[in-house]
Amino acid sequence: MNNAQRMPGFLTLDRLEKRFGDAVVTRGVSLSAARGEIVALLGPSGSGKTTVLRLVAGFETPEAGRVLVENEDVTAVPPERRRFGMVFQHYALFPHLTAGENVAFGLAARGEGAEASRARVAETLALAGLSGFENRRITEISGGQQQRVALARALAPNPRVLLLDEPLSNLDPALRERTRRELKRAIRQVGITTLFVTHEQEEAFELGDRVAVLHRGRLEQIGSPEELFEAPATRFVATFIGRSSVLPAAWDGGAARLPGGVAWPAVAGAPLARGAEADLVVRPESLLLAASARPDALPGTVLERRYAGRSAYFRATTDAGEVEVLGAPDAAREGERVFVALAPGGPTPRVFPREP
Amino acid sequence: MKTAGRVRPFALVLAVLLFWLVGYPLVLTLAEALGAPHWTLAHVADFARRPAEWWALWASLWISVATVALAALIGVPLAFVFERNEFPGRGLLGALVALPVALPPLIGVLAFLFLYGESGFAARGVEAALALSTPPWRLSGPGAILLVHAYSMYVYFYMFTRAGLARLDGSLLEAAASLGASRGRIARTVTLPLLTPALTGAALLTFMTSLASFSAPYVFGGSFRVMTTQIVASKLNGDTGLAMVETVTLALLGLAGLWLLRRAERARPAIGGVRGVAPRRRELGARRRWLATAAGWGLALFLLAPHATLLLVSLVPRNTWTTEAVPPVLSTVNYRALFADAERLTPIVNSLWMATAATALALALGFGAAYVAARRAGKTSAAIEALVTAPWALPGTVFAVALAAAFSVNAPWAGRFVLVGTAAILPLGYLVRSLPLTGRAAFAGLRQLDPSLEEAAASLGASRARRLRRIVLPQIRPALTAGASLAFLAALGDFVVSIVLYTYDTRPISIEILSSLRIQEIGVAAAYGVLLTLLSAAAFLAWGRRESA
Repeated sequence: MNNAQRMPGFLTLDRLEKRFGDAVVTRGVSLSAARGEIVALLGPSGSGKTTVLRLVAGFETPEAGRVLVENEDVTAVPPERRRFGMVFQHYALFPHLTAGENVAFGLAARGEGAEASRARVAETLALAGLSGFENRRITEISGGQQQRVALARALAPNPRVLLLDEPLSNLDPALRERTRRELKRAIRQVGITTLFVTHEQEEAFELGDRVAVLHRGRLEQIGSPEELFEAPATRFVATFIGRSSVLPAAWDGGAARLPGGVAWPAVAGAPLARGAEADLVVRPESLLLAASARPDALPGTVLERRYAGRSAYFRATTDAGEVEVLGAPDAAREGERVFVALAPGGPTPRVFPREP
Repeated sequence: MKTAGRVRPFALVLAVLLFWLVGYPLVLTLAEALGAPHWTLAHVADFARRPAEWWALWASLWISVATVALAALIGVPLAFVFERNEFPGRGLLGALVALPVALPPLIGVLAFLFLYGESGFAARGVEAALALSTPPWRLSGPGAILLVHAYSMYVYFYMFTRAGLARLDGSLLEAAASLGASRGRIARTVTLPLLTPALTGAALLTFMTSLASFSAPYVFGGSFRVMTTQIVASKLNGDTGLAMVETVTLALLGLAGLWLLRRAERARPAIGGVRGVAPRRRELGARRRWLATAAGWGLALFLLAPHATLLLVSLVPRNTWTTEAVPPVLSTVNYRALFADAERLTPIVNSLWMATAATALALALGFGAAYVAARRAGKTSAAIEALVTAPWALPGTVFAVALAAAFSVNAPWAGRFVLVGTAAILPLGYLVRSLPLTGRAAFAGLRQLDPSLEEAAASLGASRARRLRRIVLPQIRPALTAGASLAFLAALGDFVVSIVLYTYDTRPISIEILSSLRIQEIGVAAAYGVLLTLLSAAAFLAWGRRESA
């Protein structure tokens, strides 16, 4: 018995490997989602997240690895027989069909009768908040409504798994937040196991029960938003999730020694030898601006102040490098000499092996 | 959907079939030029030794270059007039002006003959007005060929330039004007450089069309030969080896043109791909508006005059028009003859069924090729696309001769059958010539089709057949209709392939027009011409409606 079979998931990705020509797009991606769980695939563009989704959908064939649903291996099953619903980034609504015909498409393909089909179309359109939109032309409705038709179309045939490719990226920011809430409500109501791709942390955190962070085709870490934020497993996750500054340091087993002699207590995010060269990743809320010189503070100069309401972000240059510090709006002015120290009670900085 | 790496038997079968239709005859032609199976350069040496061959080659080249210059001279200013100015009738005239490209070349030749030929209206008018005893001019030789070429091929420059102007970002012109540039300076330093890719494309297209032109040199050339007419003459003389060398030479010229065109097309998006608001049309003052209207209408009448002549001549009964400037008797007797006489109806029926069969097959093959190859990279896909496109770049004469060479031998083990002389050879020839028209349309349609539409249908459980029927075909139907209309148009009006491959029983309209002319049945020839024009116009309108839809 190998790893994947022991995993308790409803949907399991087992060491998926995909190459396009010489380029390796996904390297041994394994993850598992429980029944009804929403998992976000988060990563920058080119991280392979869309490829992972297309492998699960069956649009691409992996060089190695398997996709399992309820312990059934579907790797070789063509997309039309997987019973997975998919919402495409640009929705891929059939422009020559009405909203209702789009939603009914998957029902007819499964041999649903006309009467049952009509009822199901009405039901799913209602779920998507589009009651009575059956006869509307796709070209006549707004982007947000198109997104919801796409969702209704994917859900109508009762798929086993729902896949969403950047479902909100085509909406303007004001609409995006509202649609996100409605999307979450609809998915929860159906209770369907969902995998969705996004490059926006906020979206991943709000929609996902768990978030899988991908980088250069590799799964860096999967966990709840809290886990990713507070205990990043790799330097990439530490810098990609939330704001942070990276300072070169030497690891002495319990603290990171910075150029200039200051040592800050830190946690090793990955196995690291004592005395090794390391990168210290520190969040703005872990730091404060001290009024006067202290032995545990880096002297520096404020380059930039970015006002954010009840607080402000200060970018300061120090002997150890540039850092971003969260402080009170009036903590310092641009050009002012400051002393950067660790804030008590803030997230503990983490060290990772040095990356060039 | 991408299924890279999977063996695709259907694609392979299609590639082999396309090669058999398109590539194989060319290979056989090359082999025969090299004297296969004895393999000798004797035919090539023969070609190189004869001054007439070099004259024909030179004539093809200089006629084509001169055609490009003349066509640009007419087409580019015309495009500016129609794209930049607003005047009554602009829409209708703008479309009419593009019409010559839709008509079979032979029709243009015929119309010119009746209007400007030595016994045409213009000549008779001048003869009568000046009381001359002989026609004031003869319409023959390179001058006549150039006239006909310029008349039919300016449309390429006209259409490309109009499209280029419409695509031009108006804010670029406004920016130039706000920087203090005069209208002339803007035209010289902004508009023209941005139009360069469009003009290059039009020039190459005109060059290649002119290189392949057969009807005009055949009818007006007399002893002045270009490569296309030289090939047919050699073949008629029984110099098969020489004809093959000539064919290969012409094919190489066509391929060189295609290569250049491909390079020009690749350069286009980088410059012409600017998205923006098209420049506004100038509203003219009352005087200039009147002038533009008059010029536009005058020009359109001038351009349509040959076809009006064709219509008039078609109403002249035989032996009623001798020395008068204007025909004294008009009747529909010629048209009635076309439908009453079985011998005369045969060419019409032939043309219609052969064009329909060729179009249907070209549509099926073109769509099949595009469906297996349009969205997939790979050697098979590239080969399929090249085979579908090749007949477009190669002169019709080349394919006619190649098919005649390939299918006049019975060697089933080598994929060769005797088809020459049967009813199958002409539809086959039309099919090969039409393939790029349907194929390119299908390739373009499928490439524009968002692949995720088909993926969405698949994820909703639709089988491949259902995806084709419900999603792909409805989406690319406009492109396919456009391609099929053009293919039908080309097959219906074909002369160049027909003259090499026809038999008496399968003679198409174009061949019958020529025989009617030979026996002085001018009115009947014109009536066939008008009929062909009407059928072509109907197909062209179907195409235009789909394009704009």
